[in-house]
Amino acid sequence: MNLSVEIAGIKFKNPVMDGSGTFGSGIEYSEFVDLNALGAVVTKGVANVPWEGNPVPRIAETPSGMMNAIGLQNPGIDVFIERDLKFLEGFDTNVIVNVCGHTEEEYIEVVKRLRDESRVQMLEINVSCPNVKAGGMAFGTDPAQLEKITSLVKKNAAQPVIMKLSPNVTSISEMAKAAEAGGADAISLINTLTAMKIDIHKRKFAIANKTGGLSGPAIRPVAVRMVYEASHAVKIPVIGMGGITSGEDAVEFMMAGARAVAVGMYNFHDHAAMIRIIGEMESFCRETGIRDINEIIGCV
Amino acid sequence: MEKKIINEESLIIKTEKIAEGVFSTAFKTGIAEKCLPGQFVMVKTKSDSHLLKRPISICESDISEGTIRLVYRTVGYGTKELSLAKEGESFELLGPLGNGFPIDEAQDKKNILLIGGGIGAPPLLSLARALRLTGIDKSCITAVLGYSGMKAGIFLNEEFGKEANVIMSSDDGSVGTRGTVMDAIKERELKPDIIYACGPMPMLKAIKLYAEERFIPAYISLEEKMACGVGVCLGCMVKTKEKDNHSKVNNARVCTEGPVFEAGAVEI
Repeated sequence: MNLSVEIAGIKFKNPVMDGSGTFGSGIEYSEFVDLNALGAVVTKGVANVPWEGNPVPRIAETPSGMMNAIGLQNPGIDVFIERDLKFLEGFDTNVIVNVCGHTEEEYIEVVKRLRDESRVQMLEINVSCPNVKAGGMAFGTDPAQLEKITSLVKKNAAQPVIMKLSPNVTSISEMAKAAEAGGADAISLINTLTAMKIDIHKRKFAIANKTGGLSGPAIRPVAVRMVYEASHAVKIPVIGMGGITSGEDAVEFMMAGARAVAVGMYNFHDHAAMIRIIGEMESFCRETGIRDINEIIGCV
Repeated sequence: MEKKIINEESLIIKTEKIAEGVFSTAFKTGIAEKCLPGQFVMVKTKSDSHLLKRPISICESDISEGTIRLVYRTVGYGTKELSLAKEGESFELLGPLGNGFPIDEAQDKKNILLIGGGIGAPPLLSLARALRLTGIDKSCITAVLGYSGMKAGIFLNEEFGKEANVIMSSDDGSVGTRGTVMDAIKERELKPDIIYACGPMPMLKAIKLYAEERFIPAYISLEEKMACGVGVCLGCMVKTKEKDNHSKVNNARVCTEGPVFEAGAVEI
């Protein structure tokens, strides 16, 4: 039975990867999780220079999910290359580097720095973080801006480019088309949904940033709908994510149109989730007579 | 590579209520083999709608028995669920996590002060035991324990009494000095040459100031909302004086670089 998929000419041994920001660069979780078993490791967003991120509390639990407003804290591209990419050298899996920035120039600087890094198979451009003031989601909620940043990144990137889309838009189809028009090789969605939680006893926001990004099983039906809509709007491959907890959830996303899937906050609940999900997808295929996972992509 | 962190379905061997809203749960677990005082575990809930693991400090660990004991206040779903669990039930525990208190720093000290504010006291009990095991005399260790008062109940004071001189304070004056742990320290004119503390943020701020004014080394254990407990999510940051070696900014992970920090190194 075949679980492997191909995205922009890159072969993935299976369609399962982590959602950026929920797995670091794999360093910490490698004590528990065999990174070689994953379709890819998607690293946490990295910028041209270190970012401090937001004040705490940055985290709040919500029904069947969580909110976060980390603010894309990251050590900057220099340390990322020296430490994180070096660590990933020894593993037999694809590496997708998530790139963030406040301005076009900042995105381009990181993309250029990664040009000669052979350890990096793909780039994922974060134009959808709801928790940073400038850049981030601003690029991902206006189709014209999204198309422009996509084409700028494409001009400067050596690796295939995935644009990570925000669900905080009126029409995800329009955004998917804008990314495709800009030359994106693939799109990934959904990033988190902008949300708010109030501690009624303290009469304060649960998260210092006031708003945060909602993730987890609570958002899964929204994500499945958006993956379905986006994959019908464009010809480029879609990587689906949003509350995946099981092989069945992953299959649902693929039937909606995703060619690969990412597991996000559920890694915090169950650090072995991705390995289990790969096994469950295999079992599903065996039990239902699917010989190649590609058969089910967009089958509904 | 030997695993430093263990994830194990761990059996509850004893649960008891030790004060109003304060519970003690002992587990049989492989985590017991490796714990240092001040480290913590992440407790996985059994609920499909409460998905984040709960960080709880380790109050005691016993290598020969293979047990650890958690003492916690019921504040939300996770701690409540744990408090209601009976002997024979099990929970998935991830640990030991974090750095723990630096014990070597106390070796040549004659006036070691442990300060536990409310539910901050539990990790200091394992520290007191560990200090005694290094040969430090009981007379060199003072534990200052702060409570709200007799109505809510006092806890762990008798166990601390076996390892240290115990001084108490309470908000209502029903036990020990009326006021905070700092009031008790000033009233007794304690002259510590090293401080270890865990408790609410206003208390830790006061201790940081007290220690800095007197040039006393102080180690404080911090608490922050966290999602992963192992250094991945970057949820539980504390502002640091110097650039942190991992983050490359003035931020350190409470779960990994902490939860214990040298008081002067953090901006709280």
